[in-house]
Amino acid sequence: MPDLLMMLAVFAATFAIGYLLITRVPSLLHTPLMSMTNAISAVTIIGALMIFAHQTGVLEGTLGAVAVVGAAFNLVGGFVITHRMVHLFKKSTPPSPPAAIHDSRKQAEDGRLRNDDRRSNIGGQLR
Amino acid sequence: MSNATIMLIDLAILAVLIAGIRLFRTPQGARYGNLTAAFALVLAVAVTLQRHGLAQPQILLPAVLAGSAVGWWVAIRTDMIQIPAMVAFQHGAGGVAVALVSFVELLGTAGTPVSVVGKVSGMVGLALGAATFAGSMLAAGKLSNRMKPTPKVLPRHNLVLLVLAVVILALAGWIFGVDHRRATMTLLGTIALFSLGLGWVFAMRIGGADMPVLISFLNATAGLAAAFCGIIIENRLLIACGATVAASGSILTHVMCKAMNRRLANVFVGIAPSKGGGSGLGGTFGEIQPAVSSPVQTESPALAALGALKAARALVVVPGYGMALAHAQFAIVELMKQLEKMGKTVKFAIHPVAGRMPGHMNVLLAEADVPYDKLFEMDDINRELPETDLVLVVGACDVVNPAATNTEGTPISGMPILNAHLAKQVIVCNLDAKPGYSGVDNALYKDPKVIMLLGDAKKTLQDLNAAMVSG
Repeated sequence: MPDLLMMLAVFAATFAIGYLLITRVPSLLHTPLMSMTNAISAVTIIGALMIFAHQTGVLEGTLGAVAVVGAAFNLVGGFVITHRMVHLFKKSTPPSPPAAIHDSRKQAEDGRLRNDDRRSNIGGQLR
Repeated sequence: MSNATIMLIDLAILAVLIAGIRLFRTPQGARYGNLTAAFALVLAVAVTLQRHGLAQPQILLPAVLAGSAVGWWVAIRTDMIQIPAMVAFQHGAGGVAVALVSFVELLGTAGTPVSVVGKVSGMVGLALGAATFAGSMLAAGKLSNRMKPTPKVLPRHNLVLLVLAVVILALAGWIFGVDHRRATMTLLGTIALFSLGLGWVFAMRIGGADMPVLISFLNATAGLAAAFCGIIIENRLLIACGATVAASGSILTHVMCKAMNRRLANVFVGIAPSKGGGSGLGGTFGEIQPAVSSPVQTESPALAALGALKAARALVVVPGYGMALAHAQFAIVELMKQLEKMGKTVKFAIHPVAGRMPGHMNVLLAEADVPYDKLFEMDDINRELPETDLVLVVGACDVVNPAATNTEGTPISGMPILNAHLAKQVIVCNLDAKPGYSGVDNALYKDPKVIMLLGDAKKTLQDLNAAMVSG
């Protein structure tokens, strides 16, 4: 029983702390926030690893292995994509544009903008 | 190692995790916050291995490597417009892991018999994990447009959900009277199957504009499932991390509901805001059609728009999901740079539900090189809109529909909007003048101070920019 109380206390305390901290995250960062917390929920990998600390039959071993794969995917994928996202957010730079690292997709987009010679009706009106 | 030491180490890891989340107050801090949280999880895995040993490395190492490699590969290749689908898919991967771990632990192979509390939480973990998995897969399918994003309603949908839930509860109760391993296994398998069904049926009815609510809710259930899984294996770290995620998901769910003036219960029991059953807000969404030449579309709107752009000093851009669909964000940035070169100020007004998940529009614009200090939240920019010379609406409809505040009884009545109609002049670059997801006609379109530029937003903006550059 003291164990149960302790676990409930851990749940309540971290939920409360999480709640207080996350209400202060600006909506600007809500997507990376969700992506990161999603990666945090992959902490289940601990449980999956613990399965193997005991003797496992074929069924337990297989299910455990699938759980490890899923959790590892969630963990690594979640943090890597959050990393990419938070690095997209940049502050305004002073007038002289620095030779910033250009995203490859952005360059492709630029190229398409220049090469695009089809004109819409609005373009026609402007000429 | 004494219990006190173990407790202290766990607390230290949690402190690192909390420090990581705390850093998410600013975009600069978030870079380190993400790394800090990742470090906390690495520590958690390390202490688990230290306490329980790396048993059966011939299975574990390939499994960890395979999962990590695929996760990394998918994460570096995903397009920013596909982030919502990716995140939904990740919720599913987390859900399936929780369900499987709970299943194995419930079989009682861990040596010690499972306590009643352990059994109950294990079954909650199993059911919630499986339901999250099914719901997330469906959400990922809808968000990536591999499946129709519209809500699908079964006959007697609520009854089906209720029956599924009752069956799961009954099966869970039955387990306590069974101690034969094989029978337990069959029962647990059946619970898992019904939970998958429950998650699927639950998610299929939610679509269109309600997707940000669904994805946030799945975030919360994935965390909650992990916390319950932590109770059965009696692991503090798992409980704590799960609780944090559950808190985050709950907050985001609440924020999304508030931004759409929807009650969570209405989203879930299928009370759609629009008469047609198809709910939704956000922008001109649907198959791309050739620009309709509406009667208003004469020589003048484009020239009028050009004149307005040249005359304006302070401009605000209102982007909607239609902008992302038209891939117009890069064209907007070109225009923004040109306007700034001419000494004008350009700001972006972001409605909380713009995009397919909370905050999605910010990521899309950040990717297109819009500095984040030009992105403004609804309440902040609404104060400035009456003083704004020109608002440029790109692919957004319902979020600027004054009917939300002026008219009673429409599906969007009461929804907070960006007050574009209060600005001195407005240009609308939408695909067409049809109503948005909500099905409510946008009165803004008929306002005399509004210039409608219908058609592909990307082309429209490029042409405007070209005309601005050439003088």
